[in-house]
Amino acid sequence: MVQSLVRLSVMNLDICSIDELLLKRKSLRRELASAEGLQSVRIAVLGGSTTNEVVDLLEVLLLAAGFQPTFHQSEYGRFYEDAVLDPSGLIAFAPDIVYLHTSYLNVQTVPPVHCSETELQGYVDAELDRYKQIWQSIKQNLASQIIQNNFELPAVAILGNMDAVSSGGTSRFFLELNSAFARAAASNPRLLLQDVHGMSARVGLDHWFDWDRWFSYKILRTAEANLAMARSLASMVRAIYGKSRKVLVLDLDNTLWGGVIGDDGIDKIQIGRETPVAEAYTAFQEYCLSLQKRGILLAVCSKNDEETAKQGFEHPDSVLKLEHISCFKANWAPKHENILEIAKELNLGVESFVFVDDNPAERAIVEAQIGGIAVPDIGPEVSRFAAIIEAGRYFEPVSMSQEDLSRASLYQANAARVSYEAKFANYGEYLDSLLMSAEIAKFKPLYLERIAQLTNKTNQFNLTTRRYTLAEMEAISRDEQYIGLYGKLRDRFGDNGLISILLGRREHDVLHLDLWLMSCRVLKRDMELAMLDTIVDECRAACIHTVQGYYLPTKKNSMVADHYDKLGFKPVSVNAETKASVWTLEVAGYISRNRHIKILEPTHG
Amino acid sequence: MDNILEELQPIFRDILDQPDLVLTRESNASNVRDWDSLSHINLVTSIEKHYKVRFALKELQELKDVGDMIDLIEVKLAAK
Repeated sequence: MVQSLVRLSVMNLDICSIDELLLKRKSLRRELASAEGLQSVRIAVLGGSTTNEVVDLLEVLLLAAGFQPTFHQSEYGRFYEDAVLDPSGLIAFAPDIVYLHTSYLNVQTVPPVHCSETELQGYVDAELDRYKQIWQSIKQNLASQIIQNNFELPAVAILGNMDAVSSGGTSRFFLELNSAFARAAASNPRLLLQDVHGMSARVGLDHWFDWDRWFSYKILRTAEANLAMARSLASMVRAIYGKSRKVLVLDLDNTLWGGVIGDDGIDKIQIGRETPVAEAYTAFQEYCLSLQKRGILLAVCSKNDEETAKQGFEHPDSVLKLEHISCFKANWAPKHENILEIAKELNLGVESFVFVDDNPAERAIVEAQIGGIAVPDIGPEVSRFAAIIEAGRYFEPVSMSQEDLSRASLYQANAARVSYEAKFANYGEYLDSLLMSAEIAKFKPLYLERIAQLTNKTNQFNLTTRRYTLAEMEAISRDEQYIGLYGKLRDRFGDNGLISILLGRREHDVLHLDLWLMSCRVLKRDMELAMLDTIVDECRAACIHTVQGYYLPTKKNSMVADHYDKLGFKPVSVNAETKASVWTLEVAGYISRNRHIKILEPTHG
Repeated sequence: MDNILEELQPIFRDILDQPDLVLTRESNASNVRDWDSLSHINLVTSIEKHYKVRFALKELQELKDVGDMIDLIEVKLAAK
């Protein structure tokens, strides 16, 4: 009974609100501290403001993580004295970890507004030097790990936007100081930096400082802010002791893609760029891939037929490929059994696992059956999955080793960004710099939904503005008289998805262009040239000699009034009343015009 | 008023971890076990969150016992 109570409280700690935690802290501590086998950790907290609240919260979080913490707290504001001038109390306590909990108010000299660039550097160096003395003294006197927070931006920016720019701006000073701290921490393995700057931005500065509590008790931050600090600290302590998690176990249907692949089939699962839902699943896959690239192992645990499940990763828009998955379990056995199998195969303990599944019932059983696994409640919205997993801080690293990183790919991305900053001699050079590649092919079942959708929502780059239902498009795609092309465009910034449609209807040796549209997000990329090249190729193959284009003016499509003229079509007629125009192009003698987009072989699907 | 006292009771019991605590208007920091300055901060923060009110610095300074606290909460709630 006691055991189950403890489990219950541990489960709730990841997600419970600050209100609950403040109320229940003492009883939680009592319950949690009664567990056996807790690992002792001694933490000295040297504070620039009152540290009790953050320490109280940290204590509960560490107990829940399997630690038995003992704390030593300096009097508020005496962090420098206790570390440098009289470290005897600190030495006697013999901490494993010294945490320097300071804020922007603890800086000795903030530069005056009239300070010059050179003087600013002096102020930064002076403040950095004071902290270097603290870190050096701790290093000399103790064998402990040091955790130092960097600084949030000040609560007021008296120079407004200039505060972050001017050498006399207080925000600018803290930005510089934070950079200096980052460099110091990067070159000092004993020094870990807690990113309060990032944390405070996530919470929001207006919800970060609590001036009433500052004036009353010298507690600077809100309870919410202190909980954020405590959560990040707890994850750092876990990381220091090698208890960060290493494996992300993923469900498939409605977790990595929308829909059920076994029911809907590969054509209907939601992944890619074609719908908002598909985009959101793609973004979540990208998040998982980014974890994989920094050294987190990905595993799949899904109730599915193995072959069907693996098809999902062959979807042309799947960001995750089978090669990214270290262990793949798709079968009909209970998930907890599969997860234990995964642990065995990867030779890692389940306490280093995080299990992500959209189904609350599966989560509940895994959590109940496997002690130590983290099972975040990711909720029903895929757009929130990554943020919820991030909030759990499961994968906190303390250092990045060579093996952790796929360095090559990181460097590639950086190199690309740098070269993009260069200037361009002409527009063609700019287009080349985008490294565009297109897939242009005949309609496929996989894309018909997106194709029908585009015909209904594209108004500007749309020559005829004809709307089609999905059923009509399905019929057209089976009709030999039609040549329907879709175009997908990728560039250096990512995949734009399916963005252009060209639909021709054959009558003898003439192809009538019933529809030509393109999404405005890829205007002026020469995509229309690539589409024209392809349709002409198709005409040649089908012995069609003439392409006939139509422009039907609407209130919104004037941007394509001269579309056919620019492409070299000859005018045939203009309706005096509607201004609708007809144009032709002879296939014989047409020379391909696309110069800047690489045409890819279409992927199957 | 009785209502507020009843609502404060579980908050005090939780924060002070004393499930049997019986709160009265006369309860104060010297006659309730463990009501020290740190618990006081927790109590004030939790009560503010519970009623979604903020106490002014001056109001906090003038609180002597639970009775004062109840009266202050009533004023705050009436003003909402």
